[in-house]
Amino acid sequence: MSLKLRALLKSPWVFHISTGSCNNCDIEILDCLTPRFDIERFGMLLAPSIKHADVLLITGSCNRKSMIRVKKLYEQAPKPVVVVAIGECSCSRGLFIHSYNCPVPLDKVIPVDIYIPGCPPKPEAIIAGVVKLIQKLKGKA
Amino acid sequence: MIYIIYLVIFGLFLTSVLGLVASWIDRKVTARVQYRVGPPFFQPFIDITKLMGKEVVVPNTASKGMFFFAPLMSFAGAVVASTILWINQLGYTEGFLGDLFVVIYLLMIPSIGIMLGGLASGNPLARIGASREIKLMLSYELPFILSIASIIVRSGNSIIFHRIIEIQGQNGANALSFSGGIALIVSIICIQAKLSFAPFDIPEAETEIMAGPLIEYSGIYLGLYKLTKCVLLFTLPFFIIILFLGGLNLSGIGIVYSIIKYIALLVIITLIRNTNPRVRIDQAMKFFWGPVTVAAIVSLVLAFIGL
Repeated sequence: MSLKLRALLKSPWVFHISTGSCNNCDIEILDCLTPRFDIERFGMLLAPSIKHADVLLITGSCNRKSMIRVKKLYEQAPKPVVVVAIGECSCSRGLFIHSYNCPVPLDKVIPVDIYIPGCPPKPEAIIAGVVKLIQKLKGKA
Repeated sequence: MIYIIYLVIFGLFLTSVLGLVASWIDRKVTARVQYRVGPPFFQPFIDITKLMGKEVVVPNTASKGMFFFAPLMSFAGAVVASTILWINQLGYTEGFLGDLFVVIYLLMIPSIGIMLGGLASGNPLARIGASREIKLMLSYELPFILSIASIIVRSGNSIIFHRIIEIQGQNGANALSFSGGIALIVSIICIQAKLSFAPFDIPEAETEIMAGPLIEYSGIYLGLYKLTKCVLLFTLPFFIIILFLGGLNLSGIGIVYSIIKYIALLVIITLIRNTNPRVRIDQAMKFFWGPVTVAAIVSLVLAFIGL
């Protein structure tokens, strides 16, 4: 495994994008930063700007307006970057699957590395998903 | 030639490593205050290594030359300032007349670099951050220089570090007198603003203007800014220790006292940062030009009287 990737996995700075979610998944993401779960143990910090981000946490139902922005943000993020889809909506559009406003799922627009289902997923589930992602990237490289 | 060795070994290498360790102490103390576990010891080193490997994204609206030059400038300013302090501390030369002023100017350069980088990146939020940085710098420089002036008066109008350390060796540390004690408190508040830590993290307010001037920076240039912050986190307390607490003593048991002095100052800065909310820019300006400047003038007057 290259030094670049190893350093990335030890200090992933996360950036949080909501594509029209109901705010439940966002609150569960913020729970991971609280003293109870403390993801700074693993070197994760909440990045203030997309230019500082290594991991994009995407929640929400992928509606028409926001997907344009998500695509732009993905292009602006400095590579290598990892995309995590959190919650049922961003994995498969959830109960909005027949909605006129949500024509395509997230992974048709940008490449997604890992899906964390749940409505909303627990903080434990998010941390377990990220651990699986790190194992996957380690195995791939 | 010996100066270049000092610049590379002490200024660049040792100060960067000590600064990164200092930033780990800062993050760990912050975490313990919030009942968290905190990051592992090598976390700041890993962060910098990671940023070296990332892609550099340049915005279309940026003016390219200044965008790339500003981080280098702020890093160079901080490194040269720490080199001058190390040369005086290790006693290789007697310094030169007015090296105190040179260090004061060099310590302003990192802030100027952040300003120029923010203005060059062409982002509106970065411009707001840069304008706040300018206002903050105008506010804290006045009391900072006044508190240093009282030290100059106390040590017999000498403006050489070597002489200031020597006089403190004879008469005891400056901080133990009335004027020195007040000046020490004033300059601790000022370095809090120089490091842009809470309550004076106004230029980089993450929740208002998303890292301010640094918003468009990525990859190695962001890493340089982070490294500059770490170097300043070592250099500014070092400067304070030389002026007020009698300098570092790097022989025998003195090394333990030196480390305790530095860690104590760092923990004070971290605790101020963790127990105060962010103030507005106008409140910060009123605070610095009001009570803090008055305290600095009082300490200057006391130094003239000889207390």
